[in-house]
Amino acid sequence: MAKAKDIVHRHPKDPAALLDVVRDVQAAFGHVPDEAVARIAAHLKLSEAEVRGAVTFYHFFSADPRGASTVYLNDSITSRMKGRAAVAKAFEDEAGCAFGRVSGDGRIGLFPTSCIGMNDQEPSAIVDGVVFTRLTPESARALVRGLREGRPAASQVAELGDGANQSELVRAMVANNIRERGPVLFGAHESGAALRKAVGTTPEKVIEEIKRAGLLGRGGAGFPTGLKWEFCRREKAVERFVVCNADEGEPGTFKDRVILTELPRLLFEGMAVAGYAVGARTGVLYLRSEYAYLRAHLEAALEAMRQDGLLGRAAAGSEGFSFDIVIKSGAGAYICGEESALLESAEGKRGEPRDRPPFPVSSGYRNLPTTVNNVETLATAARILVEGAAWFKAMGTPQSAGTKLLSVSGDCGRPGVYEVEYGLTLAALLEMAGGAGAKAVQVGGPSGTCVAQDGFGRKICFSDLATGGSVIVFGPERDIFEIVGNFMDFFVEESCGWCVPCRAGNVLLKKKLEKVVRGLGTEADLRDLEAWGKLVKATSRCGLGQTSPNPILTTMKSFPELYAAKVRKGEDFVPEFDLEAALRTGCEAAGRRPECKESLHE
Amino acid sequence: MSEIRFTIDGRPCVARAGQTIVEAAKANGVWIPVLCHYEGLKPVGSCRICTVRVAGRYMAACTQPVTEGMAVENTAPDLEDMRKSLIEMLFVEGNHFCPSCEKSGNCELQALAYRYRMMVPRFPYLWPGRALDARAPRLMLERNRCIQCLRCVRGIRAKDGRKVFAAVERGPRVTIEIDQRLAAGLSDAEARRAMDICPVGAILRKETGFAVPIGKRKYDGAPIGSDVEKGAGR
Ligand SMILES: Cc1cc2nc3c(=O)[nH]c(=O)nc-3n(C[C@H](O)[C@H](O)[C@H](O)COP(=O)(O)O)c2cc1C
Ligand code: SF4
Repeated sequence: MAKAKDIVHRHPKDPAALLDVVRDVQAAFGHVPDEAVARIAAHLKLSEAEVRGAVTFYHFFSADPRGASTVYLNDSITSRMKGRAAVAKAFEDEAGCAFGRVSGDGRIGLFPTSCIGMNDQEPSAIVDGVVFTRLTPESARALVRGLREGRPAASQVAELGDGANQSELVRAMVANNIRERGPVLFGAHESGAALRKAVGTTPEKVIEEIKRAGLLGRGGAGFPTGLKWEFCRREKAVERFVVCNADEGEPGTFKDRVILTELPRLLFEGMAVAGYAVGARTGVLYLRSEYAYLRAHLEAALEAMRQDGLLGRAAAGSEGFSFDIVIKSGAGAYICGEESALLESAEGKRGEPRDRPPFPVSSGYRNLPTTVNNVETLATAARILVEGAAWFKAMGTPQSAGTKLLSVSGDCGRPGVYEVEYGLTLAALLEMAGGAGAKAVQVGGPSGTCVAQDGFGRKICFSDLATGGSVIVFGPERDIFEIVGNFMDFFVEESCGWCVPCRAGNVLLKKKLEKVVRGLGTEADLRDLEAWGKLVKATSRCGLGQTSPNPILTTMKSFPELYAAKVRKGEDFVPEFDLEAALRTGCEAAGRRPECKESLHE
Repeated sequence: MSEIRFTIDGRPCVARAGQTIVEAAKANGVWIPVLCHYEGLKPVGSCRICTVRVAGRYMAACTQPVTEGMAVENTAPDLEDMRKSLIEMLFVEGNHFCPSCEKSGNCELQALAYRYRMMVPRFPYLWPGRALDARAPRLMLERNRCIQCLRCVRGIRAKDGRKVFAAVERGPRVTIEIDQRLAAGLSDAEARRAMDICPVGAILRKETGFAVPIGKRKYDGAPIGSDVEKGAGR
């Protein structure tokens, strides 16, 4: 095995290399031992405390051993709906340890993880970097047995998925599940056509075309892409960057994964077009760690494009334009999808959001002007250049032009990705996806909206149900409170912890919700939930905290009767715990009888 | 440099370009409560107690630059109640036993709680288990009282620029860690600065205590913020 010293010294003496060094150490040792922390700190001129800060921030790094093999089992609500509990039990039985632990022989570590972008094929897990989908208790047991017998995870992938998932460089059992091919992303595209068209005109004209198309960011916030590029271009600077946000962390979205798998060249061409438009020489693809299995495939696509003259010096034959793309890896943190946290992470730091202003367009990657765009936005931009703004504007609604790639999962017959025009109603989408009869639909993931049946006439578009792409269908039997509880756990787990309302407020909201769900709530508790939710939204520092109370607030709106039925009407106060039960052990030990009923309820 | 005109609760104020709302307010004799903010350090907006409202949008006044014509709401009752909530949140998030704390009377969190007339927090106590770290020769890290304001992280550096304090973990598990190697090299003056920079009683110097008696401490005479309101900040 390589020594920590050698691994560390392979990297430049630059603090920006921190996450890359830690990643290599983690891969070699299964954790980041103290000795390595000291070496990394010395090499990068950081304090050991700072190195530990980065190691402990990311879910896939660890100061303690995680086992010779490590299972990360997805903990999204859809995974739970599709039988996660039985699969988890099978893993535990076979490994001989509980989740959060490493087996006694040190061979198997079991850990939960936030949505890994496989919601249409749950339950799923990442085992030593290899994705396993549609797990059953049997396949989980066989997998652990195989690992114990010394068969690497990759060799245990029995059946490959469709499309490029079968290629030599991917070899994944992941399925694309492309259910609806629209004209924008899945329309016939001649590789290089968009970039050649771009370099044949001026950057200003490219920006103008994107603006006229009315392209709004597909990552969730919906900022006009042309305007973002223009702001970035206008900044005086020695260098500018294009950063592609491939962090795709919102539970329930997986559409960027399909683009990365099937249309990487279209995406990279979009990045090059953006690079030409804003005047950048370098593009950075920030790839979530969960999609590391696609990295070799993506590198190969980049290399092929260099061979084709579409990247590198004089890209697309344009003498004055050089552009190339590097891939940076995440390490397990939803917050790194927030653009400024992403930039921090890409610079090798803890993924903590920055204060804005300044916005990334003026001070982004390495404090230089940067346009951060979603995978789908960039791929779409490339298509707009080829087909024209008018073609694009003719689709969708006046305010929400074009098509959207949706990730549909949950209780529906045809989970997968759908490229649909904006303006589609939920009812129509449910019809397409085989989800008629649903009780509720979660649009936009946990940070979005929970829509009940009476809202199924609402439309997917920026002015009504805006979404980064996550659509989770809940059938009639689902327990809304279990869903809300899972979403709140997600935010508690994924908050970066920087600011008070999000760090502490989400914990308090979750506790209050539990009180209500346990039947110990009063009407005052419901008022608290609402007020505290508003407080967290109003005072949090970034988009995570500003939306994290949504699971509670939006279900209180869509399902008021469920909440009303849970609380005790007319009672002023019910403590959050059962005093008698809490005293029981102590009383038994002392040989007394608990007598607290009277004083409590009279 | 050009002057910027703006208002706080309707009162006309002026600011210099680049000033944050907190700085400009102070220069105009208006107090906006702050806790993580510390003069001379880059503001980070972690406590959110300086939250103000501008055109219906909430923002941290310590990080937000003033712009021309901005109408800042600072003392609207609902805003003040939000701030009070955040103070209460800090009290339930950690373990704060003021009567036994060396910082009592000099503590900015306690002073804010008094000024906001906090009685019993509206939130249930979380009673976290937090480890005390007394390994460094001159300093003690009493994490029960830590509010993660990041002042020490920003302000205390070794001679070669490395950070002596750093945040570890994430979300509700975030704690501050002190770098043992670097802490061993801190001088007495640097240790004193670390304790002074800490708004609460989380960073304490060893071997000295209660040098100033209770009753004669910073906030024992006048509430926090009154210096700014008297125009002392001008
Ligand atoms: C907590 C949080 C997570 C986010 N995650 C993602 C993500 O995974 N992918 C993404 O493209 N945008 C994400 N965003 C939005 C980005 O901050 C940013 O708006 C987007 O990448 C801009 O690209 P666009 O204009 O092309 O949409 C997230 C925002 C927040 C607040
Ligand atoms: S809102 Fe949450 S995620 Fe965002 S900065 Fe604050 S603690 Fe971090």
